[in-house]
Amino acid sequence: MRNAFADEATKLGMADTRVVLLTGDIGNKLFDQFKDKNDGRFLNCGIAEANMIGVAAGMALSGLRPIVYTITPFTTTRCYEQIRVDACYHNVPVIIVGTGSGLSYAELGPTHHSCEDLAIMRVLPNMTVLAPADEVELRQCLRAALKLKGPTYIRIGKKGEKITPKNDDKFEIGRSITVKEGSDVCLISTGTLLPIVMEAAGKLIEQGIKARVESFHTVKPLDEGKLFDVFSCCPVVISIEEHGRIGGLGGSIAEWLARQDRMKGRLFLFGTDDEFMHEVGTQEYARAKYGLTAENIAQKVHDAYDKTTQ
Amino acid sequence: MNVAKLQEIASEIRGRVIANSHNTQTPHLGSCLSCVDILVAAYFHSLRINPQKPRDVERDRFILSKGHGAPALFQVLAMRGFYPEAMLDSYGQDGGILAEHPPTPDHLEGIEAATGSLGHGLPIGLGMALSARINKKNYSVVVVLGDGECNEGSVWEAAMMAAAQRVGNLMIIVDFNKWQGTGRSEKVLALSPLVDKWRAFGWDACEVDGHDMEQLVKVLSQDKTSDGKPIAIVAHTVKGKGVSFMEDDNNWHYKIPSAEEVATAHKELGVRT
Repeated sequence: MRNAFADEATKLGMADTRVVLLTGDIGNKLFDQFKDKNDGRFLNCGIAEANMIGVAAGMALSGLRPIVYTITPFTTTRCYEQIRVDACYHNVPVIIVGTGSGLSYAELGPTHHSCEDLAIMRVLPNMTVLAPADEVELRQCLRAALKLKGPTYIRIGKKGEKITPKNDDKFEIGRSITVKEGSDVCLISTGTLLPIVMEAAGKLIEQGIKARVESFHTVKPLDEGKLFDVFSCCPVVISIEEHGRIGGLGGSIAEWLARQDRMKGRLFLFGTDDEFMHEVGTQEYARAKYGLTAENIAQKVHDAYDKTTQ
Repeated sequence: MNVAKLQEIASEIRGRVIANSHNTQTPHLGSCLSCVDILVAAYFHSLRINPQKPRDVERDRFILSKGHGAPALFQVLAMRGFYPEAMLDSYGQDGGILAEHPPTPDHLEGIEAATGSLGHGLPIGLGMALSARINKKNYSVVVVLGDGECNEGSVWEAAMMAAAQRVGNLMIIVDFNKWQGTGRSEKVLALSPLVDKWRAFGWDACEVDGHDMEQLVKVLSQDKTSDGKPIAIVAHTVKGKGVSFMEDDNNWHYKIPSAEEVATAHKELGVRT
């Protein structure tokens, strides 16, 4: 995803001279193409993220389209007040990209994990929150975000994310993509867990449970129409995210559900626990620790389906 | 505009700010009074701005990063013609847009950035100054900081980046009134040597008497540095400047003047009550 980001940003920069790329001293050589093709519009802002967001806001107030890029905790929690005041309060088109989101950098320890970013970003007024599943969605997210008048947060993975084929290639911010039809359960996925969720859906079908899969690349604004449809049809609805179960996609769906009249669907939230992960491990290890594997998701969904439909 | 006229405007602004504090029962009087001369020198002399074209892309940008000086800024902008003076009546009123800190540019003409949380104005100003380079424009950016505000790490992050990028169209003025909210700025966090600090951070730094209109006009009107260094002006000021019983008394950071105190202040300033 990092390479796709650099490539897409380069293309966007070439097509629109307002595009400026700001980084927090990461991505050695990753942006050589951008620098080469977009002279003077790449700025390494150093390890000074608070300033970087302010600079981006100042640029957006001057008619430019800055894209800010660094590792997720440093471009979210580290400079949260600057995001709130400089980008959101001023309601300017700053695109903030967090790379290595969720447990992508599991090996680096909790300073580099981000299982809170969706929660804290989506509570900010004016902020659009995107979590693309793969590089195809990432490119679509970037192109669409560039057309917005306000700030956008895009959480991405690192590298080698599997691309999920879809029949629906129409991309729109705030409109989820139905990746697979089904009527017994609906798995609502956000971010790079989509291939695992698809695998889980496959296992469920083998077990006789027709699983629908939605890719919610947009966490804010929520696709409320799609939610209404899903909760009207499926008795079991599961949100799945590489993020804490507090305040992320699942949390926002729960808030939406609380505002509805009684719906057919019952909501279950899958995500990481409310803790810092003190053990070392790969992203796969970390996902497994929090039950975010195809086997475990299929098993838990099966249990939830049995319990709900008994 | 000549120096005597600028001084007259500054006294008038001080008088209005003091009356406003009493009328609306709002604080930060001392902080406003220390930066009035800087604001007047900038808005009535140095900045290349046209209140009739407040969004002109070529305009100079001015950010009051010490946003709690808003009551002074609002008066200056009104007097300079960005909006009718009658609008000031809504200051601090329910449903109005003039809060105790500057609103966003979308909500008030003349404002370039909403400030209030300290340490934000310089990074934003730096972004605007860099934009001039990218957009091939010729404007300058002036940011006024408080000395207390220099506690914020983001100020120094921006200072380093401005020097690294050789942003010669960026100027800061520190309203160095020697106080912050609850104590002497030198004692709360070790601030000195402030001029040398800016120099050490790669800026072209100088110090002036922040109440000497002649000096202010001169330093504010200087050209961009030839070597691309950003410019730092440390303006020595007095908190509560212009009113004998307010000067250098930090109680006036939060204290509200009584009607009698307003009358006395106006008399000292030689302005109408």
